[in-house]
Formats: sequence, structure tokens, C-alpha cells
Amino acid sequence: MIVSSIKTFGKYCMFLTQVFRTPDKWRVFFSNLLFEINKLGVDSIPLVLIISLFIGAVICIQMTLNIVSPLIPSYSTGLATREILLLEFSSTMMCLILAGKVGSNIASEIGTMRVTEQIDAMDIMGINSANYIVMPKIMGFILFVPVLCVFSMFFGLVGGWFIAEFTSMLTVENYIFGIQSFFNEWYVWYGIIKTVVFAFLITSIAAFYGYYVKGGALEVGKASTNAVVSSSILILLADVILTKLLLE
Amino acid sequence: MIKAENISKWFDGQRILYDINATFETGKTNLIIGQSGSGKTVFMKCLIGLLQPEEGQILYDGRAIRNMNNDERRLLRTEIGMLFQGSALFDNETVLGNVMFPLKMFSPLSHAGQLERAQFCIDRVGLTNANNKYPSEISGGMQKRVAIARAIALNPKYLFCDEPNSGLDPKTSILIDELLSDITHEYGMTTIINTHDMNSVLGIGENIVFINKGHCDWIGNDKNIFRSKSHSLNDFVFASKLFQEVKLVLEREADYKAQ
Repeated sequence: MIVSSIKTFGKYCMFLTQVFRTPDKWRVFFSNLLFEINKLGVDSIPLVLIISLFIGAVICIQMTLNIVSPLIPSYSTGLATREILLLEFSSTMMCLILAGKVGSNIASEIGTMRVTEQIDAMDIMGINSANYIVMPKIMGFILFVPVLCVFSMFFGLVGGWFIAEFTSMLTVENYIFGIQSFFNEWYVWYGIIKTVVFAFLITSIAAFYGYYVKGGALEVGKASTNAVVSSSILILLADVILTKLLLE
Repeated sequence: MIKAENISKWFDGQRILYDINATFETGKTNLIIGQSGSGKTVFMKCLIGLLQPEEGQILYDGRAIRNMNNDERRLLRTEIGMLFQGSALFDNETVLGNVMFPLKMFSPLSHAGQLERAQFCIDRVGLTNANNKYPSEISGGMQKRVAIARAIALNPKYLFCDEPNSGLDPKTSILIDELLSDITHEYGMTTIINTHDMNSVLGIGENIVFINKGHCDWIGNDKNIFRSKSHSLNDFVFASKLFQEVKLVLEREADYKAQ
């Protein structure tokens, strides 16, 4: 088990050395990069928006219902909602969700290319297939994921505002005051830094599993599942490490 | 000319190919034939350089792949065209996009020049009104034609075809065979075709290498394949009822001549 994990990690590192090479043609690379930004990033906006809006609303309700002590100021609901969104939800939870969407998409796409010999065709033409296929995906998602993170933060807070505006659980004034209180700008950067690292993990692990698929459709499905499971676990591990490093 | 010298290949301790010697001549359609599982595809992958043989060497016009550095290998790859068994067309590209792909990556031509060359290749394989269609929208025979057009786009010196007729009806198979043969003679390429289709063997087998259980059992051409003394080759060639009939006719002919 340990030996096989070390071997897989070594293979993953070798794979990354193949991926991060100078592209054969920069023009083609930039065109692929734009395509991937659109496919992996822009297409994820609706999902991020919907989830953030609802989770922001739910967090706000939970905080209101649980913070009932007269010793705690009423604006705490907004403050707690903001801190949860900025510190964990918009980075870690959002990336765990995106690992399912983006990770399975990448693993199955590259895996299908492998089993239908499209990758072999590129190799025979003399193209570095790992670089050509994978680098635009990794770079594209890394470049766009901060936008998704900020979107998630904003729409999460909007979700909380909906609860304040359309229910009698708390007042809008208290909520707005709460989300503005004790604001630490570093928490936004902390969230963005985490999402960039997670984006790298999601895309590179999914590409790795897809690239080395052997067999047929069944194995492509397995690779897709393995990619999501592995990247989710590594996201959580990286979350612990980054939190220790960035917030201590 | 491509030469394979004493090629041996193992997978997980099991010997798949052993001591294969063969020469594939320029300007001819060279066929590698053999039963399924005989090692044809592994041999072809060794020839292309996708697999490294444990023993022996492959020479491309005297240049050994084993001794090439990465740059030389990449240069060699631009001289190779390959037609895969399943066509291996890029799903997200149209017919024109697929043929343009190698040009986009390697050709020094302008965009207009690349388009002109791609169109020439598409016309050469006899495809009309299919430029904007995706691979999933065209038939298997058309996919093979697109794959041939893509393979010849960079005007390669060496063309490899892995079972080009698999999944095609006999008529379309003959058309693909004729196309490959015509292209080979027209451009003076070294074409190597991996097949177990006897129609191809008889139609375009100018130089035939028979692989049996990972070893080269016989080398010849379409003219002398029926006169071979190799038992394994005869088992392969006369496996179908049609060719058993042919065998009977040949035997009767031989008896008649003897009398």
C-alpha cells in the first residue's frame, strides 16, 4: 500500500514534468487556454452562484437560530455568516463541489481520448500530448478560480441578505452591520490562495487519472471516480496545512 | 526504408515478440499479417517508437531510433503519418479541423496555405461536403478517409496503418486499400499496413511479413503467398471456406500440371 502510493506519487510528479514544458506553439496554447477558461471556469458560474446563494441563506438562518444569548450582540449573525463564507465555504466547500464537476469532466474527457487512441495519435505526430491537453486545463482553471471564489463570497452574503430582507428572523440593518464589522481583508486573500492551490490539485489529479487510463469505458468511469475521491481527500489535507500556514 | 533487426519484446515477464527481422521497402505497400493476438500491433508500436523493444533495433533509412535524442525523435515523428484502427479522430474538431491539426502544429505555411493543403488532402481522399461535420456525424469509411487525409497532411515519408479495414464492409475496404496503395505510389512513401484481411493481402500485398506467435514465420508477396510451405501461414491463409476452395483449385492445377 505504502510502496504503491509512493510509486503513484512518483508517476504523478513525472507526469507534471511532462505537462509543464514550453508549449509547441504559443498561439495554439493561448487559444486552448481561452477555451478551457470558458469551459471549466465560466460554465461553473451558475453552479457556484446557486449553491452560494442557498448556502449563504442557510448559514444565516442557522446562525440566527443558534445565537440566542442576550450577551451576544444581534449583529453577530451577519459577522458569523461572513466569516464562515470567507474562511471555509467559498474556498474549501466550493472546491469540493467543483472537484466533482470539473474533476470528473477532465478525467473522463482525457480518459476517453486515451482509450480511443487520440492521445497516441498526438504522440505519434510528435506533440507533447500531456502538455498540449493538460496545461491549458490547469492554467485555465487556476486563472479563473479566484473569480469563482469572489463570486461565491459575494453571492453567499447576498443569500444571507435575502433572509434578513424577506423574513423576520433578523433586521437588514443588523445583518449589514454584522458583515461589515471587524472585517479582515486577509481572509479574502486567504480564501483566494486556498482556491488556487485546490484548483491545481483538482485539475492535475483528474488529468493524471485520465491520462493513464488503460482499457475501455469501464476504466474511464473508474478513473473519473478515483480522480474525484483523491482530489477531495487531498483538498481537505491541503486545507489543514494551508490554514495552519496562513492563519497562524 | 524501415528495417527491424532482431526485435524482442516482453510484457510482465512474458515474451510477446522474439527475434523479428524484417525490411519494409520505400514506395511499396508493406503488410504485416497474422492472427489476432499474434503480436502484430505490438510489433507496429515498436516500429513507430511507441513501445521500446528490449532487444534489437529499428532503422529509419539507416537512422536507429534507439540512438536518437529527443529532438531527433520529434523530427522523425513529423515524418510519420499514422492511421489508427479506430481512426482516432479528435471528437471536438470538425473534419477540416482534424486535417488542419498537424499543419497547425508543425507547418510553416500561413493559415491560408494550411487551409489549401488541408483541402487538397480532403479532396485527395475523395471526401466532399464534409468539411464542417464532426467525426460522430460521418460513417466509419468516411472517418478512415479523414484519418488518411490527416496522416498525409504533412506529406510524411512513412505511413503506418493499423487494421485500416476493421469494421468496414468489403467494398469500402477495397476502396480504402486502393487509396492507400495509390497514395503510397504517388508520394513514394514507406507504407506499413497491419491487417488480417485476406482481400488486402491479395489486393495490395507487395511485401508481406507474416507474424505467428510473436515470431516472423514468412516473408513474401501476394504472388507467392499461396505457394508457401509454412504450415502456420497456410493455416492462416486458408482458414476461410473461400480460400479452402482456392486451395483445392490450386492443388488440382498442380496435379494436372504434374500429369
